[in-house]
Amino acid sequence: MDNIAGTKSSLTWAVHISVALLVALWVFPTLGLLVSSFRTSDQIATSGWWKAGFPSEQNLTLRTGDPDTQVQDGDVFVVEGNLFAEPGAAEISVFGVTSQDINAYNAGDTAELRNGSKVTVQTNGDYRLESAEEITGSRGSRIFVTAQTPPEFTLRNYQNVLFDPSNREGMAKAFFNTLTVTIPATIIPILVAAFAAYALAWMDFPGRALLIAVVVGLLVVPLQLALIPLLKLHNEIGIGKGYLGAWLAHTGFGLPLAIYLLRNYMVGLPRDIIENAKVDGATDFQIFVKIILPLSFPALASFAIFQFLWTWNDLLVALVFLIDSTGETTVMTKQIVELLGTRGGNWEILATSAFVSIAVPLLVFFAMQKYLVRGLLAGSVK
Amino acid sequence: MHPAFQGLLTIIIGVGGCVGYYYFSNQFLDKVLFPAKGANIGRNINRANMIRPWLFLFPALLALGLYLGYPVFETLRLSLTERLPGGGSQFVGLDNYSQMLGEPKFWEALQNNFFWLLVVPAMSTAFGLLAAQLTDRISWGNIAKSLIFMPMAISFVGAAVIWKLVYDTRPIDQEQIGVLNALYLWFGGTEPHTWLTIPFWNSFFLMAVLIWIQTGFAMVILSAALRGIPEETIEAAILDGANPFQIFFKIKVPQIMGTIVVVWTTITIVVLKVFDIVFAMTNGQWETQVLANYMYDKLFRANDWGVGSASAMVIMLLVTPILIWNVYNARKEMR
Repeated sequence: MDNIAGTKSSLTWAVHISVALLVALWVFPTLGLLVSSFRTSDQIATSGWWKAGFPSEQNLTLRTGDPDTQVQDGDVFVVEGNLFAEPGAAEISVFGVTSQDINAYNAGDTAELRNGSKVTVQTNGDYRLESAEEITGSRGSRIFVTAQTPPEFTLRNYQNVLFDPSNREGMAKAFFNTLTVTIPATIIPILVAAFAAYALAWMDFPGRALLIAVVVGLLVVPLQLALIPLLKLHNEIGIGKGYLGAWLAHTGFGLPLAIYLLRNYMVGLPRDIIENAKVDGATDFQIFVKIILPLSFPALASFAIFQFLWTWNDLLVALVFLIDSTGETTVMTKQIVELLGTRGGNWEILATSAFVSIAVPLLVFFAMQKYLVRGLLAGSVK
Repeated sequence: MHPAFQGLLTIIIGVGGCVGYYYFSNQFLDKVLFPAKGANIGRNINRANMIRPWLFLFPALLALGLYLGYPVFETLRLSLTERLPGGGSQFVGLDNYSQMLGEPKFWEALQNNFFWLLVVPAMSTAFGLLAAQLTDRISWGNIAKSLIFMPMAISFVGAAVIWKLVYDTRPIDQEQIGVLNALYLWFGGTEPHTWLTIPFWNSFFLMAVLIWIQTGFAMVILSAALRGIPEETIEAAILDGANPFQIFFKIKVPQIMGTIVVVWTTITIVVLKVFDIVFAMTNGQWETQVLANYMYDKLFRANDWGVGSASAMVIMLLVTPILIWNVYNARKEMR
């Protein structure tokens, strides 16, 4: 529309800024969790995640080397080395030798310890401890430093949450369980719905319009209604709580949308192709398998993404139909809710676990956004 | 058996069973029941074609009937009965409903749901419309859309964790790690708040999560609708000297009113069923209860199927007008 005279308004810059603000507002919360999942618990607890990219100032208590590392240099005894495990891990600005006065000296100065020995600490952590007498004791002297540590990110959280077999709160099993629920619960309804959608779109029979209306009505029936009756039913026919029950429930709850989406799409396919095939003697089954299914791929993909996201992200169906008292079949959403209860303050665990569960849908989302949008546009009842 | 194999087996049995069912039932119909040959060939073909649609529909109808149709009536029945100790149940009329109406928690849930219904669809649609209109006109609009749309892929539980971090509170002498408190203090707030425990307002902090998720949905649909507006109407308005705001509110919005209503009602249904967010973030404490979570509480914590079913029926009742409206529109469109 930009080429129409007069539409290019002076508000363009305002539009850019507004959109940038909106996007920032929408991305910020997720970004916070992502950044937090790469930080250690200390970092998360002491500074906001938005400061993670900047050096942070920390007060550290470090020790000089043990007295048995001392060497005699002329008439003084000397211990030399670096205060950090990795030299230069942080930049020291000020330091002190007692806990009461931790910023008494600037880096590079020489401080006098209570026992008369002298210590010089450099910015990068190098120190030189000199004493006129032999240094005794079993441990080195304590040095209190205020240091700038560069931004640091770690993969250890993911290692703990995903690959530590001894971690009972780990996500590995739940991840697998979620996958086990999701895949059959995505594939089966597609197949059932595709046949029904074909019948509703291209076959003539009394009551067709009524059935379509019923499907549209069932689209909005809250699944909350189904919880107790179906749990009772599952218990009576012996399925109980488990994968089979969850697969069936997801299939049932997903069908209205599946049928609706697929029927709407199939109705739009060109009539000529189907009639020609019929004239050539193809049966309805052949038409469906050889013509309709391949042509309906975009709609099938749309629904597959919906159903995948919905089953992957589901909590309620899993709570009611899947997870029994042993907790062996727990899914990621349930695991995260448990962690929210027991580990409410341990953000490194929470953030990482949540991100493990979010990552797969996000990947699917960005890879197949086109189909998702198409499905949304077809699926909202107009 | 390992669940993965079980899953794989189910896929094979399920898919194979489905395909087998459709294939063999068709074969049976055409070859055995009404063979397209012999004396009655014409009658047989007609009969086979009358039955075939039902073969195609049968599994879907069975699943729909069993998993969505039957529960509606069974829940209605349960809401009128009371479970007796030792199994069995007895008809109690409307006792469950009157018991539910006597509970302050129910009224709290209903009141909160009312605010949710008022705020979330309105805000999501408004933000969605704003985002759709603004991103349509700039070069990086598609990237912006994609990012605003992204929360749609995130589970309610994941979103709950994300926003709990935003609302996190630390004691006043420590550095705040929640964005909201950090901003609040930075703008001159005196002390950090535990946002999710402030009665009344905490519901709005929960609503923000759903608005954040649903805005992308509204934006995608409304953006498509905006693009469908005939250019002539806009050109004519420009020639008549309308400013951008007039064009938006007086030319564009009226033309996509139908779509706005669709988006609004769709989000309304999501709101009526909202469960995970409240369950994960506050579990209905601090006066944030909503109907779906109240129902879950009654069904699975208090084990009171009667009152639980009664509250489920309340949700159904609230959905019904939208259901009727949708069916009415769908039928109108088909004609």
